[in-house]
Amino acid sequence: MSTDDTISRRALFMKIGILFNGLVAAAIAVPIVRFLLSPIVRGRANGYLSWISLGSISQFPEGETRLATFRNPYVTPTDGKTADTACWVRRVEGQQFQIFAINCAHLGCPVRWFPQSGLFMCPCHGGAYYQDGSRASGPPERGLFEYPYKVENGLVTIQAGELPTPGSPTASLFVKKPPCV
Amino acid sequence: MIAQIGEWLDRRLQLAAPIREIAEHPVPKNTASWWYVFGSAALVVFLLQLVTGIMLAFIYVPSASEAWNSLQYLNHDIAFGWFIRALHGWGSNFMVAIVLIHMVQVFLFGAYKFPRELTWIIGVFLLLMTLGMAFTGQVLRFDQDAYWGLGIGASIASRVPFLGSDIVKLMVGGPIIAGATLSRFFALHVFVIPGMLIAFVGVHLLLVLKLGINEWPMPGRLVKKATYESEYHELTHKDGAPFVPYAVWKDIFFAAFILLAVAACAVFFGPFGPTGQPDPTIIQTAPKPDYFFLWLYAVLSFLPPSMETPALLIGPVIVIGALLLLPFLSGEGEKSWRRRPIAVLTILLIAVTLATFTHLAGYTPWSPHMNAWSGDPIPARFLQHRTALERQGALVFQAKQCHNCHALEGQGGQRGPTLDTVAVQLTQDQLIRQVIQGGGNMPAYGKNLSPAETTALVAFLQTLHPAGQAPARDPSRALALGKSPEK
Repeated sequence: MSTDDTISRRALFMKIGILFNGLVAAAIAVPIVRFLLSPIVRGRANGYLSWISLGSISQFPEGETRLATFRNPYVTPTDGKTADTACWVRRVEGQQFQIFAINCAHLGCPVRWFPQSGLFMCPCHGGAYYQDGSRASGPPERGLFEYPYKVENGLVTIQAGELPTPGSPTASLFVKKPPCV
Repeated sequence: MIAQIGEWLDRRLQLAAPIREIAEHPVPKNTASWWYVFGSAALVVFLLQLVTGIMLAFIYVPSASEAWNSLQYLNHDIAFGWFIRALHGWGSNFMVAIVLIHMVQVFLFGAYKFPRELTWIIGVFLLLMTLGMAFTGQVLRFDQDAYWGLGIGASIASRVPFLGSDIVKLMVGGPIIAGATLSRFFALHVFVIPGMLIAFVGVHLLLVLKLGINEWPMPGRLVKKATYESEYHELTHKDGAPFVPYAVWKDIFFAAFILLAVAACAVFFGPFGPTGQPDPTIIQTAPKPDYFFLWLYAVLSFLPPSMETPALLIGPVIVIGALLLLPFLSGEGEKSWRRRPIAVLTILLIAVTLATFTHLAGYTPWSPHMNAWSGDPIPARFLQHRTALERQGALVFQAKQCHNCHALEGQGGQRGPTLDTVAVQLTQDQLIRQVIQGGGNMPAYGKNLSPAETTALVAFLQTLHPAGQAPARDPSRALALGKSPEK
């Protein structure tokens, strides 16, 4: 056996060893990547949205806008109070509602309702919205996000479960048509 | 005895000689300057952050339901818990500031030029990691500002085309800002970013040792790739001195001074927050970022809506790209700031811009004052000798929250113009139109004001003019109505 032969034998073992490690790494990587992507994958598989009750319709007088809170349908054991969410419920008349996300359509700060002037105002960057949620002034590009709702058995329920952000595809659920001018 | 132990250890470790070599490596004499202390100061503050951070982790609970309580416990129940929190909080402010000063000094002294390009590039990443630590650290102070600050971060991330929504879910660890969000920011702040920081700081220091500290820039002494290294070698050996103790004493003094300054701030100003509980149903809050992101908070208020997404997504790429490319675009030539006017002007421009935006974010003139309508009364002089209608208008002004955006005598919001002299600028018709239709970033109040309220409000607004100056009027109106002009 020549010296060259021995060296190439060792080199071959090393290469096989590296290849073996590569295979093992790839096999382990699959569950690791799946673990890291679980917030996305889970959202796609089951969806985070469900129908949640905001309480009896009688809590919301006609023509008024009231703050309502609900517990997010998807919770983890350490969520604490952060899984509680607020929203603005505007009962236009009868069974007709508009239910706005608390988050400003600009950058998500909590908007406040001022019944006297009929405006939602944002404390962060000065966005303002009319009572129907359409943009009044300031940096927002659009009106407030709206939750889909239904009224059943005297209960107001909304479809919620995901943080409304300007870019999320579920924002189309929250679409507010621009008012006809 | 101690010498014997030392000898025993060094026989095995064999570190004494290389450490002595590092400590006594020759540096150009004129680099033993107070201008050269910021790098080591940044390192010292980083070490302070490591130590205080580990101590905080003894008590802190990274759980969305417990974090806020554990911070209160640290502040009030543990001996000097408040002090450790204050050291860590002020240490982070100092670290951002010192890293920026260090960067400006390196830029103005041309230290990023050949052969120290990689040192600069690593430094840019160290700056980004420092800012990353600052943001994730603010999140760990899990209070209202942290919660809504995350919301702002998520809203910005969601604007990335196609992937925005997935990035948000990865960032907050689920569909909403909640327990998983805090856990992953804890992992980032405590394991991921510090690990990277330590590795990058190691390479940064290694490069400083390998390439030598930047010599004091002399106007007219140009950097040329072909000759620089031999010139530098000659300089350090002809006009050099061992780093220890010739130059290091200034670093040591400045490090002690900075630590003292951090401790003094911690004692006098105390720890940061936590502000209110991170309960999303408490909406009476005006979230604000820590000082190093205040400028961004201000910029976000001033960008026109159409510019915002491009500026948020493309702006950082351009800035970071420019910083990374800098040593390749001007890797040779003049080092001295005395011969680099554009470099000096760039620094001044950036400093003034950041300072201005930070100052503006201190009093947020773009935000309505949510309590002005109920808290800031109309100054009495605007109400004396007024008709009943005009005073009714003043009531409308308060009750309809006009005061939230418009100041009178400096009180009230600054979102819209101050109205002290509005009657001089707008005629009655223009006032009515502005109130009813809005425009120029003012909401339209047509639906929320009855005709009687509008009449009263405009009557009040028409009284807002200086004593000796008549309100604006439209002469054509008097002609059209067939009356002689009033007053």
